[in-house]
Amino acid sequence: MSNAPVMPIESGTPDSFQYMHPTLRKNYGQWAYHDRPRPGVLHHVSNFGDEVWTVKAASPRQLDILTLREICDIADEFCKGYLRFTMRGNIEYMVTEESQLEPLIKRLNDAGYPIGGTGNSVTMISHTQGWLHCDIPGTDASGVVKSLMDELIDEFVVEEMPNRVHITTSCCQINCGGQGDIAINIQHTKPPKINHDLVGNACERPSVVARCPVAAIRPAMVNGKPTLEVDEKKCICCGACFPPCPPMQINDPEHSKLAVWVGGKHSNARSKPMFHKLVAAGLPNNAPRWPEVAGVVKKILAAYKENANDYERMGEWVERIGWQQFFDLTGLPFTKYHIDNWRGSRNSLNQSAHIRF
Amino acid sequence: MAIDKHDTPMIDQLVPGPWPSFIKGIQRLRDEHPSERINGMANDLLGQLETSYETRKGYWKGGTISVFGYGGGIIPRFTELKNEDGNSRFPEAQEFHTMRIQPPGGFHYTTDMLRTIMDLDEKHGSGMICLHGQTGNLMLVGMDSDAIQPLFDEMNAIGWDLGGAGPCVRTGMSCVGAARCEHSNADEIKINRVLLNNFQDDMHRPALPYKFKFKVSGCANDCTNSIQRADMAIIGTWRDDMKVNQDEVKAYVEKKGRKYVVDNVISRCPTNSLSLNDDDTLEVNNKDCVRCMHCINVMTKALSAGDDKGVTLLIGGKRTLKIGDLFGTVLVPFMKLDTDEDYEKLVELAEECIDFFAENALEHERTGEMIERIGLANFLEGIGVDIDPNMINHPRVSSYVRMDDWDEEAAKWKESKAG
Ligand code: HEM
Ligand code: SF4
Ligand code: SF4
Ligand code: SF4
Ligand code: SF4
Repeated sequence: MSNAPVMPIESGTPDSFQYMHPTLRKNYGQWAYHDRPRPGVLHHVSNFGDEVWTVKAASPRQLDILTLREICDIADEFCKGYLRFTMRGNIEYMVTEESQLEPLIKRLNDAGYPIGGTGNSVTMISHTQGWLHCDIPGTDASGVVKSLMDELIDEFVVEEMPNRVHITTSCCQINCGGQGDIAINIQHTKPPKINHDLVGNACERPSVVARCPVAAIRPAMVNGKPTLEVDEKKCICCGACFPPCPPMQINDPEHSKLAVWVGGKHSNARSKPMFHKLVAAGLPNNAPRWPEVAGVVKKILAAYKENANDYERMGEWVERIGWQQFFDLTGLPFTKYHIDNWRGSRNSLNQSAHIRF
Repeated sequence: MAIDKHDTPMIDQLVPGPWPSFIKGIQRLRDEHPSERINGMANDLLGQLETSYETRKGYWKGGTISVFGYGGGIIPRFTELKNEDGNSRFPEAQEFHTMRIQPPGGFHYTTDMLRTIMDLDEKHGSGMICLHGQTGNLMLVGMDSDAIQPLFDEMNAIGWDLGGAGPCVRTGMSCVGAARCEHSNADEIKINRVLLNNFQDDMHRPALPYKFKFKVSGCANDCTNSIQRADMAIIGTWRDDMKVNQDEVKAYVEKKGRKYVVDNVISRCPTNSLSLNDDDTLEVNNKDCVRCMHCINVMTKALSAGDDKGVTLLIGGKRTLKIGDLFGTVLVPFMKLDTDEDYEKLVELAEECIDFFAENALEHERTGEMIERIGLANFLEGIGVDIDPNMINHPRVSSYVRMDDWDEEAAKWKESKAG
């Protein structure tokens, strides 16, 4: 090859303004207020009197270019060729005339993109890579989301929850998916199965030893070869040793289960941000549609919808009613595994005489 | 030439239903795309994914590949599904690497630019694009090793650069903010860009103990989840009084009723800073208000942030590995971000944090874990930031600490108060 390699241009993060809708650019930092004329639509008014209506539409997030070109066609037809995406993977189309709303919504619905995810709805599930592309996943990501959002679609297109519901999924215990009002995460239940023939070559042993949160890994010799062994009594099956040492196979079709957590909240509105808490575990990794997980999620959502007050996020609702009532209302079993024993766990115990009767 | 489609009964079940299907998308690449290369890649990707669904296991392994001049930014993926003879079972997708691209803050795009990216991906890659990863990257998903350099060169020539992967400063994220949100107290796009573009060397040549993430939110609603996910969270706030349009308050009370306003606004204030007057106007105790955003979120027309805007910085947020989830905690309660000098101060502080992290964190330890290990006071001393009561929920409850130089420390505080 005659082409000499060129050094990259370290341009970094590009300037957003060159890609920003002109009405947004003009009113940058000048928005006065917004309202929501209907689910799936935000209406923003600026100090200069400019108005913009944003239609929020569902996306599969992992997009093929044929579909993404169609998504662009719609933006060309209605939005002067501008669009944006949200943190959670929804598409946002912006129009400056109210009269464009209905035709745009119809166009989106006809093309198979439900609109919703605004206000007090169940919006798109934050998710990760899964079997499609990660090297350590215990389950899929986009498939779990597709099957769950099919089930929850009725709550995506309306705003009937007490407050917004942010669901997340993670396909390993690293939890790339993040905190959520409801989080659906892989939970391994058996220690890694070690392929001793491969460890010596594939793994930097001291750094694998250092990764283990409970110091359960130690160097060992098996069949005269250097390898690692795990104290299975100590092991908490977290899978942290697997990314740096793939021969420590943590994923198991049977024993890698799904757990459901509730009450994570990132906003500072009212209460401080919260972490989600374990409520259900042992759910089978039942591809391709994970009906057991959907069942638990729907139970929790139904109890929340029925019982929470306006503006209470899932975690705030449980704080008001207490965990006793949460487990009663959802019918989920309470077990000794719900009682935390990790560092700082005493703070999660009821250190008071406060009991609800 | 018609391709021999793999039988995919399990993932086919992810095609029907109201939610847009990513499987349908990959099938379209297999069936409808004019390029045979892309048809074949999509077909074999579906074959591999179906195998994962059947056996409930993943079959990608990583590796190390980058582009000329950089050390990270590409996520290499090689199939592990091999026949007895060592050949790949799904050869056309046997190398399926991801290119992480730094997106524009706020994820604004023109269709022209997206189409240009798609054309390049079509030429070199698989035709799959993820918008966006949880860290915020635009990800071109699926290309073989030979495609990486030419695709990057063409992307780079039109203004796109690789994102972070590995132990380095990662791609950042900023909320929609000032572009279309009245709650914004900051120029999120500028903050994100100024910070990240100062650390491009650290992003492209991974050499930190572990990852370091920035996220920027324009207000305490924290739409980027920065407190839970960013090593440094930058959150817009204000320090003068919030603005109250009493006519709009009255209109809101009239419309919703007093009980609704008391139950949903007044009594939901976390610091009891609100009171509804007898004439349906609102009284705000701005001294106690913690800028949580709740009342402003509910009464968008009547209430808004003040004019003396700035940001709060938090440090050390992260997810589970290794010691458990950690929130970011307050590093700087308030910082103005108006002038170039203000921005320089922010960048300098970030540099201090990252330098300290680089020198003091253990391998694979995040900033929050390092602070947990050494204590916040030591970290602050290391980066030259003064202590502040806003950094704590409450003072220590344990007496097990040495306080030999209490008098000196108390004198410092008095001095700082006098100064
Ligand atoms: C070994 C392999 C790993 C792979 C393949 C992987 C893959 C990914 C991907 C694709 C994303 C989204 C990236 C983007 O938006 O640009 C992500 C995000 C994330 N990863 Fe990983 N990851 C790995 C290891 C880890 C580890 C060891 C941690 C641990 C602490 C971790 C924590 C996270 C978190 C917390 C996020 C997302 C949340 C955020 O935005 O901060 N990942 N990961
Ligand atoms: S959650 Fe775990 S398995 Fe899933 S994409 Fe993230 S690192 Fe990979
Ligand atoms: S699975 Fe977790 S606890 Fe068990 S050996 Fe590996 S790192 Fe240690
Ligand atoms: S974080 Fe605040 S300013 Fe940014 S988009 Fe969310 S509500 Fe608006
Ligand atoms: S912003 Fe929050 S703390 Fe301040 S007055 Fe409103 S509800 Fe209270």
